Amino acid sequence: MNEGKVRISSGCAIAGIIDRKREMFSGTDIIESIAVMHERSNGLGGGFAAYGIYPGYEDCYALHIFFDDKGARQKTEDFLNCNLKVGMTEAMPLRKVKTVKKPPQIWRYFVRAKEQKLMEAGMSEDEFMVQAVMKINKTIKGAYVFSSGKNMGVFKAVAYPEDAGEFYRLDEYKGYLWTAHGRFPTNTPGWWGGAHPFNLLDWSVVHNGEISSYDANRRFIEMYEYECTLQTDTEVITYIFDFLIRKNNLSIEKAAAVVAPPLWEQIAEKDQKNREKLRRLRGTYGSLLLNGPFSIILSASNGMMALNDRIKLRSLVAAEEGSRLYVASEEAAIRRVAREKLERIWAPRGGEPVIALLEGADDIFLKQDEAN
Amino acid sequence: MAVFIDGDKKHFRQLNGMIKEALSSDKNAVINNVNGQRYIAAGLEGDFDIVINGVPGNDLGIFMDGPFIRVYGNVQDGAANTMNGGALAVYGSAGDIICYGMRGGSVYVRDNVGYRAGVHMKEFGEKKPVLVIGGTAGDFLGEYMAGGIIILINRQDAWRPAGYFCASGMHGGVIYMRGNVEVGRDVRVESLGERDKEVLTFHLEVYKSLFEINLENVKIDEFNKIISTGNRPYKKLYAGI
Repeated sequence: MNEGKVRISSGCAIAGIIDRKREMFSGTDIIESIAVMHERSNGLGGGFAAYGIYPGYEDCYALHIFFDDKGARQKTEDFLNCNLKVGMTEAMPLRKVKTVKKPPQIWRYFVRAKEQKLMEAGMSEDEFMVQAVMKINKTIKGAYVFSSGKNMGVFKAVAYPEDAGEFYRLDEYKGYLWTAHGRFPTNTPGWWGGAHPFNLLDWSVVHNGEISSYDANRRFIEMYEYECTLQTDTEVITYIFDFLIRKNNLSIEKAAAVVAPPLWEQIAEKDQKNREKLRRLRGTYGSLLLNGPFSIILSASNGMMALNDRIKLRSLVAAEEGSRLYVASEEAAIRRVAREKLERIWAPRGGEPVIALLEGADDIFLKQDEAN
Repeated sequence: MAVFIDGDKKHFRQLNGMIKEALSSDKNAVINNVNGQRYIAAGLEGDFDIVINGVPGNDLGIFMDGPFIRVYGNVQDGAANTMNGGALAVYGSAGDIICYGMRGGSVYVRDNVGYRAGVHMKEFGEKKPVLVIGGTAGDFLGEYMAGGIIILINRQDAWRPAGYFCASGMHGGVIYMRGNVEVGRDVRVESLGERDKEVLTFHLEVYKSLFEINLENVKIDEFNKIISTGNRPYKKLYAGI
């Protein structure tokens, strides 16, 4: 049974490490960091997002796909060849790990949209890729695209995160931004596609907690042609940030104030300019407030943001050390991998975003159309 | 003589097993390189003296009754959860929900504490838990507090030492706070009586000697006292009227 038929509520661990000078480091650090919080997961989901790992293929969308069988792969490849220019194609390099059981077939494809198809569709390449991914996931049984960004990749499994990292050989990759998730689903059968991070284009989200406003959020976001197929909290969170930042051009700070706004009595205490700004955001995007306990890490090519619900019902710790910034559910996870002395370690307040962007970046999401 | 235990990269079950074994023949233990291991000293009874170097994991000293633990580092969430007796001194800061449902003993934190410190602390007869915080506290300090004492020293004179929603749903016990006090309904702020001053003086002295901080800027008269207006604020809610 797949996600969407049952409700999920979860405990979970999250962690993220970024080098703001774009210095590359292997997946070993993030694996060690998340492994410290082993007790927060139960082996039913672990995964990573890594940015900067495909330097030879920066212009291509890297599709990572799970297949239940050969037939699903054949159908998917037919679809890809028809709509996209398919470059390098390979079976995902994997390592045998005893605790990672019954993996699906896992393949990756480096692709671009065909110009003619883009013209016919009259949309940007990003938008075209979103549609293509949604089409595969919705119409081809036994195929699931779980990663579709440029120069980044999501790697996830039904396993403890440290075992998933071993399985995907993440020690052999180098990136400047890594996030991780260890899952503790209490109400659902484990499913490879349902592990975190959730990904769309360059966005990836890892999430600890549950969103009780899910249906209100979903109804709003579905008016803007997002289709929530997984019915998980994490999927809707990803779409909300894509909508606010990529489509509506909100800054990351404003997007954070939409999903985790101050309470009304706190807004009343602000100076007039901020009071007006916060009122306007709540008036326009009130349906995108995320209610319930959560801590999330949102990442994209230019950086990451960690955020708690506004009354801090999940734990979150952040730390800085030179060009590196760390976030994690527990302080010990940061201390394990901090290289020397942490300059600053703190617990962010509820609703107070911790934003870490690459040096020189204006905002978190690099628009592919502008970059080209 | 104390037993030395190395916690480096050990799973919490293994580490706690080693601690238990060491304390079967010794009263003192020093645990080094602790990083994230949960449940240290859980349910431990007796007058043990334990030093922890590093950052212990969640639920440090949960249900503990008697030991004196000193942590040279920060503590994570849920330290002194439902602690029954003994003492914990943190030479650093604490995560969220420290002293959750605590029933007895005392906890001293040199620096700051996270959200919901002292949530639902309670007292009965001789058992009166105490939480002393040197710096500031996150939101919901003393939420649903039913008994015991919380002292917020605010030694660095923060403008808002206790964040938002302090003493929400408080219906017993007392919070002494130095600095700007903002509380919700159901509680009131009073000036100190002679007995209050004695209690404060005692705990400030303990704090000073534990952490070797002289608190020169801290005057007893600067503290406010927060208590609940009634001891059964929800009686109408549950009485069926």
